This record gives sequence, structure tokens and C-alpha cells, in this order.
Amino acid sequence: MAKIGVLIETEKDEIKKTNFGTITAARDGGKNEVVALLLGVDANLAQEALAAYGAQKIVQVSVDGADLLSSPDLQARALADVIHHFALEGLVGLASARGRDVFARLGALLNVTLASDCVGINFDEKTVRKSHFSGKTIATIKLSSSLLLCALRPNAIEAQEAPVDAQVESYAASAEDPGLVKILEVKKGGSQKMDLTEADVIITGGRPIDAAENYKMLEECAELLGAAVGASRAAVDAGFAPHSMQVGQTGKTVSPRLYIGCGLSGSVQHFAGMKTSKVIVGINTDKDAPIFQKCDYGIIADMFEVVPVLTEVLREHAGK
Amino acid sequence: MQIYVCVKHVPDTAATINISGDTGYKDTACKFIINPYDEYAVEEAVQRVEKAGSGEVIVVTVGPEAAVSTMRAAMAMGAHRGILVKVQSQFLDSTLTSLALKAAIEQDGDGAPDIIFTGKNAVDTEGFQTQYRLAAAMNLPVVSEVVHLEINNGQAVVEREVGGGTREVLEMKLPCIVGATKGLNEPRYPKFPDIMKAKKKEIKEFDFDQLGLDTAVDQTELLKLEAVPERSSAQIMQGSIREQVIELVRILREDDKVL
Repeated sequence: MAKIGVLIETEKDEIKKTNFGTITAARDGGKNEVVALLLGVDANLAQEALAAYGAQKIVQVSVDGADLLSSPDLQARALADVIHHFALEGLVGLASARGRDVFARLGALLNVTLASDCVGINFDEKTVRKSHFSGKTIATIKLSSSLLLCALRPNAIEAQEAPVDAQVESYAASAEDPGLVKILEVKKGGSQKMDLTEADVIITGGRPIDAAENYKMLEECAELLGAAVGASRAAVDAGFAPHSMQVGQTGKTVSPRLYIGCGLSGSVQHFAGMKTSKVIVGINTDKDAPIFQKCDYGIIADMFEVVPVLTEVLREHAGK
Repeated sequence: MQIYVCVKHVPDTAATINISGDTGYKDTACKFIINPYDEYAVEEAVQRVEKAGSGEVIVVTVGPEAAVSTMRAAMAMGAHRGILVKVQSQFLDSTLTSLALKAAIEQDGDGAPDIIFTGKNAVDTEGFQTQYRLAAAMNLPVVSEVVHLEINNGQAVVEREVGGGTREVLEMKLPCIVGATKGLNEPRYPKFPDIMKAKKKEIKEFDFDQLGLDTAVDQTELLKLEAVPERSSAQIMQGSIREQVIELVRILREDDKVL
């Protein structure tokens, strides 16, 4: 049995639900002991949720006299100390923007091999599976360091409940900020309600959306789907949506349960960012659009006719 | 300003990857390009030097001899010269890559960069870490996935997106390393005379082994490369739009249980 740390990500003092899949991966079917790590957040708030997925120990990490959230290098150094103190044999976490950053800092700091954006881990062989070449191939990579560092693609591993009694403790890590990088401010996003990479369901509008205000149609539908709204590169480049909504190469990589693409041609670059979605639906007027060659279900029609009907049908279901 | 830009030579994102053997692919069968994120890095470096009215942009690449074409593409965008560290593998470990980049930069001129730009990641290995390892090796501050950069009095203030439209604003002192991504700028399309001019620009070449690096470091090893099977053609819904939508929702709820 290996002792594996899981770096838990929070948003506004709440546990992101994509963490649960990471805990499931770290448990490895119960073969590993899981230590959930929270940086600068009250661990008691998270106890119940983390225990439900199998975190045996929950550690609230702080550094005396310093704000952990003000420096990514300090976070990496605190984690290095935590790994040593709790004798962790591995650390896994989410390959979100912040996760990719802190894991890379930690790997560089400790001179330890790291794989980011993984879709699977084999603890026995110390290998991971991850995308190479924009999702066209999957690589199996051996991590040679004795400490296993791995950041997982959000939603890549399905969370499974595995309730345990979790023990909560605080730990004041001994770490010093090298003073190289300082976080000055966190600017909250505007209208977007849900982080794309966190979403279970995504509905995306391509270039034919034709105007920024037409995303309202998708937002209405998204509300009933419990979905986040995405955009294609063409729609972003045309100024209809901000870059933070872009899915695909040069945008976000997402892995939702259901991906509904409206007015998407289905380019290789777009698929690079969403092809690990469980179910993909395409809506396009062009029956020869490439998307219909590589998605699960298709509706050959104008999204402006289909989406309002979809919203209506979902509303009827919700009303039942 | 002395600005170094780390650029990788990668297969075109639209290219088909034909796997050969366990970990190889037919690199002669696909077109190679400058790593798309590195274009933002080159553009930013060139704009900074243009604005300052002086300085130099040096492209640094760790890759095969053929990577010269990618370096020329960066030079057509305005980079002044290049340094190529030649390796055979497309999959050189990120620690070794960072050590090679460091050695290439440090042996060059006075070896004192003001800024080093990279892309946020390479679209072939999708590692997201070489810039961090380079920063650790050179003891420089680093921020990646940068969408906005301002430099004033030796301080860089950068912004990065952290999801849901939220941005973090971070500050670091120069010299520093900036990992660029989309949003930072609009990379230019080189004009024909710039492409011609780029052909005459200097590229210094080294063999990786010539750098005398300590290669006894922990490394990742690629064990297997497998094609991801494409989904087969979609099941196309039939009937009126309402009928199609009702059937789709039924399938998603009852058969696939994703709704």
C-alpha cells in the first residue's frame, strides 16, 4: 500500500467536484492510502465530501507568517515539505491552470519527473497515460523518480464513492518563499457561471452563431442541461466570445460527460480539446461536415432551429 | 533588450500521425511547423524589441537538423538569429531539454537574457513543464499561460487565466521567463521579403553531446504510443426537428445516461 497525497483544489472555499475523480484515481481501488491536502482553506468544511470518496486523512496546510495563496513558489515549497513530512510516495492533483502550474513548479524544484494532463495512472508500474499530438495519440509514459507526480485531466477519471472515516489535521509546513513571483490580484470572471474544464456537460457554439448576443440562446439551454457554454476558435476570433470560452487547440481541453457542438465543422484542432468527452453530439446544417464522421449523434439542421426546441423539450422534462 | 525565445519544431496539428513500432511515428510523412504557442512567444519578443528600438531576439531550439525550417519561420517573424541544439528524439525529456536550453543561452554572448519567452506547452508531447525546469535551473522567476504582459522599471506584471473567465495578476522581476498563450498578441504573417531575409540570418549549431551536460537526471520514458481510434460516423436523427430532439434527449437520458 502506497501513501498518496491528493492536492485538493477549491474555488471560493468550496471543493471543486472534479477533485473526487482524482481521489478515486489516487485510491487505486483501495490499494493506496489517500491523504487529501488543502492549501490555506479550512479542512473541516471539506471533511464530509472528501471522506465520502475515500480520503483517509485530510490535512490543512499552512505556512507560519505567510499567505500561501500569494505565491505559487511558496505553495510548491510547502508541498515539498508536506511530501517529506507525511512520507508520501506520490502526489496527484488536477491539471487545471493552477494545478499545471504548481505541479510543474514542484517537479522542477525537486528534480522529479512529472506528467501533466494525464488520463490514467498505473501505480504498480509507475506509468501514466496521456495525450500526445493534440489528442491523436495516447502515450504511455514511465515516470522514473521514486516520488510519483501526476496531474490529471479534470473529469478524465470518473469519481466513485468509497466512504471512510477521515481524520482531519492541520500542518504548518516549513517553507520559505523565494520571493520570485507574487500574486497581486485575482480578477473574477464576468458573465461566465461555470468553469468549462469543470463542467459535466458543455454546449458549444461555432462560427454560425454569428453574434455575441446569440450565445444567450445557448445559455438558456445550458441552464436546463446544467452545462457550461463554450465557443469554437472561429467564433472567438470573430469576436463573438471571449478566449476563456474557447475549446480546442489554443483553448481549453475539456472532458465532459456530454458535449453538444452547435455549428461546429469538427476540425482536428477543435477535437484536440474535447475528443475525450464521453458522448458527443453534433448539430450542423452541412451533412458533409467532418463532425458527423466522428461524433456519436447528429442532427442535420440549423442550430437556431434545433437549440430552442432542445430547450423546450428539456423544460418539459424538468416540469414533469 | 536581449530576449531569448525557446521554440519547438512539431508536427502540424492537422497532420495525421502514423505510428511505427512501439514509440515511433513516420516523421517523414508529416509537415512540421513552429509550435503554435511559440508563435505568441516570438511575436511578443519581436514587438518588445521593436518598441524599445534596440535589442535582439534569439531563437533557441532543441531538435533535429530539420528544425532549422521552424527557426527560419520564427526569423521571418522578426527574430534576429538562432541557436540550435541538435538531438534525434522528438521526445527528449523536459529536464534534459531545459538543461540544453540553459547551456545554449548561457554560452551565447554575455549570456544575460532580460526575458526568456516560451510557449505554454508543445503540442506534440503536451508536457507543460520545460519552462519551469528552465526557470529552476537558471534560478529565474516564471509564469506560464500568460495572456497579458506589462513591463515597467524592470518589473513584469502578467495575467493568466485560471478558469471560468477568472484571471490572476502576478508580478515578477526581470530577468524572468514568460510562457505565452493565445490572447497575449496576434502573431504576424511574415511577408515574402521577410521570409527571404530570414534565410540569411545566422544559426549557430551544437550537438547535444557537445554541451557536456550531466545527463544523470530522472527522466520520463515513452513506453508506447497508440493511435486514438476516431469515433465512427454519427447516428443521424430522423424526422421533424422536434421528433429528432425528443429522440436525442431520450437516448442521452435513458440509453447513455449522460443527462
